[in-house]
Amino acid sequence: MPAPVVIVGAGQAAASFISRHVALGNSEALLLIGEEPHPPYQRPPLSKKYLLGELERDRLFIRPRKWYADQGVETRFDTRIAEIRRVDKQVVTDNSEAIAYDKLILCTGSHARGLPAEIGGTLPGVYTLRSISDIDRMAPEFQAGRKLLIVGGGYIGLEAAAVARQLGLEVTLLEMAERILQRVAAAETSRYFRELHAGHGVDLRESAQMTRLLEDDGKVCGAQLESGEIVAADLVLVGIGGSPNTELALAAGLDCDNGVQVNATCQTSDPDIFAAGDCCNFSRGGQQIRLESVQNAADQGDLIARVLAGEDVSYTALPWFWSDQYDCKLQIVGLNLGHDHIALRPGASESSLSVWYYRGDQLLAIDAMNEPRSYAFGRKIIEAGKNPAPEIVADPATDLKALALG
Amino acid sequence: MANITWKMEDGSEIAADVKDGLNLMEAATANNVPHIEGECGGCLSCATCHVFVEPEWLARTGEVDDIEDTMLEMTDVEREDNSRLSCQIIASPELDGLVLYVPEPE
Repeated sequence: MPAPVVIVGAGQAAASFISRHVALGNSEALLLIGEEPHPPYQRPPLSKKYLLGELERDRLFIRPRKWYADQGVETRFDTRIAEIRRVDKQVVTDNSEAIAYDKLILCTGSHARGLPAEIGGTLPGVYTLRSISDIDRMAPEFQAGRKLLIVGGGYIGLEAAAVARQLGLEVTLLEMAERILQRVAAAETSRYFRELHAGHGVDLRESAQMTRLLEDDGKVCGAQLESGEIVAADLVLVGIGGSPNTELALAAGLDCDNGVQVNATCQTSDPDIFAAGDCCNFSRGGQQIRLESVQNAADQGDLIARVLAGEDVSYTALPWFWSDQYDCKLQIVGLNLGHDHIALRPGASESSLSVWYYRGDQLLAIDAMNEPRSYAFGRKIIEAGKNPAPEIVADPATDLKALALG
Repeated sequence: MANITWKMEDGSEIAADVKDGLNLMEAATANNVPHIEGECGGCLSCATCHVFVEPEWLARTGEVDDIEDTMLEMTDVEREDNSRLSCQIIASPELDGLVLYVPEPE
């Protein structure tokens, strides 16, 4: 029997690859290998409805557990791959079992960065948020009245802050940069979310340098700031970004630089090995980028199935993201990397706003807060390669639908 | 529980019993209905779970709110009066027998 296509990493990219492979009627056998005990699941709800306790675990699964077998896909969960032997075209489990592949697809994802152990990063009561088991460990600690300290003002930290406030915890959030979301959004988007969280009672501190986490009775009890101030905490969530899981690829000698490097067909420097999702690094508009998003993982996984089926396709998908915090729905389309000015478009209500990012005359991206029209029509506008002038989109009288379809 | 039927453009059909409380995007992906992706997990950000509802059933599938109405502008196949995003239709006994038509993007 010929060797199967082996997928290492059971996340969104893997599920999307398999779905497309099945839908195209490809005959090559598939073997999906994942470290976690679960079939591929959605990660975005982890820091939202799942942490809030509003979504049961099975509903996180992208396809039901039995779906894979029904499609003839072999699965091995709870299985860690320790090595890729490119010469033999095999992957080797940590039990030294060698598994042959015809093509190998790396969907190894990313991991949450932690704080160093020297400053208390590994104390009991300190969490990061990336997987079902992370949430299952921390959820029992999310009790009303307890003090949660969040380190890092990115989307995961902000989403967790919103859930914690909804559950009645006292929340302090520390951001070492001048403002929350500094790396990913304009100052106006930061201001919107600063006000949103302040309005919900989060003690949000920017330019806050933490020197170390503090321990009492074998457990974290707070943090010391550079100013000397001590912030008390019953639990700490560290949300300071993610790093790509490239250990296997690096050890196998694949080209890596902030992710496994892939070309426009998601192929790595070994033509029999592809990579998709958070773990890979690719070129877009002359920039090397790595994205941690459902859209990117799903679209790259889908693309690889088409490539293996012989379709002449390359990766050009327009990125999009979302976040939910309290009653605010944030929708983002495009990438604002390299923007040099913005336009602000007020929405229909006080809580709605969109931020339009430009580089020169080119419209790059939109952050839409409770403003789905800016997201939906903005997406069409960007897809069509239209570049409406900033003063036009900033004018609330401008009909975005007409702009998109005109 | 509701028995739901998805009809594809090629004339094929998939029918399944769907547990109350599940949305019909989840139900479609669980039952391998083609062209229903639901990438955003049902949070109204991707418009990849578009269906046409058998007109006589439309009222029973519930109201289209402003966000869904806007997101229906983004679907691959252009919306019609009976368009819904199936992540916003929640299974209940009143929907037993519901028929959905699945548009096929080009």
